[in-house]
Amino acid sequence: MSATSVVELQDVLLVTIQGELTDEDAMALQEELTTNVARSSARGVLIDVSGLDLVDSFLARTLHDIAGASALLAAETVVVGMRPEVAITLVELGLTLPGLGTALTVADGLDRLNGSARRR
Amino acid sequence: MTSVLTVQEVRINEEIDIVHVRQAVREVAVSIGFSLVEQTKLVTAASELARNTRVHGHGGEAKIDLEKADDGTTTLRLVFTDNGPGIADVELALTDGYSSAGGLGLGLSGARRLADEFDLRTAPGEGTTVSVGFRARKPARG
Repeated sequence: MSATSVVELQDVLLVTIQGELTDEDAMALQEELTTNVARSSARGVLIDVSGLDLVDSFLARTLHDIAGASALLAAETVVVGMRPEVAITLVELGLTLPGLGTALTVADGLDRLNGSARRR
Repeated sequence: MTSVLTVQEVRINEEIDIVHVRQAVREVAVSIGFSLVEQTKLVTAASELARNTRVHGHGGEAKIDLEKADDGTTTLRLVFTDNGPGIADVELALTDGYSSAGGLGLGLSGARRLADEFDLRTAPGEGTTVSVGFRARKPARG
């Protein structure tokens, strides 16, 4: 029911999530992505959530955990394209996801990752 | 007098049933004209509570009711029922960050914040019923 794709774009993994994710899908994505970061030595992970009409506490925690594991593997995570209604709901739910990098578009997210790579 | 119409009932056993609950709630919310933000809050609350029913209640049922009051206002009510172990300390279960299952502990407290009305009935050994109500901002047609 969900379609998730991972594309390697130079040293960034571009992840697109669409449709309805079950908790199992979310956990599988976390595992696959973290393995992928280590294998590809990616320096950044860009997660496009513009295709998601819902981010509940489980999926929010998964995004947070992906960012945490990626950071341990020396990759920075940026979540891009969150819909405004999803952002409003997450805040009301009590989840502001501190520490999770965000950008409005994929282009902005890439800029952010490339900028931080240059600063190293 | 408030008239109550049950529009959907969804069994919650498997993980995929959480998705089924979300889809059913979205469908009903759209049909009575909730805004996109309100739909998202409704579906998110439904997702949290359906997960609780499955994980903590060991499965149960979600019921979607439409309540029409005499003054023309419509409330969409979601009722989650399980025959699980129940909740011994309700106050603790409603505390932000408290989790008995290794989650974020925002399921119950978050759903309460998202909803206009919240009701929790539970006792140890007697299962749990959680009900959340969302009032339509404008009178629904039909």
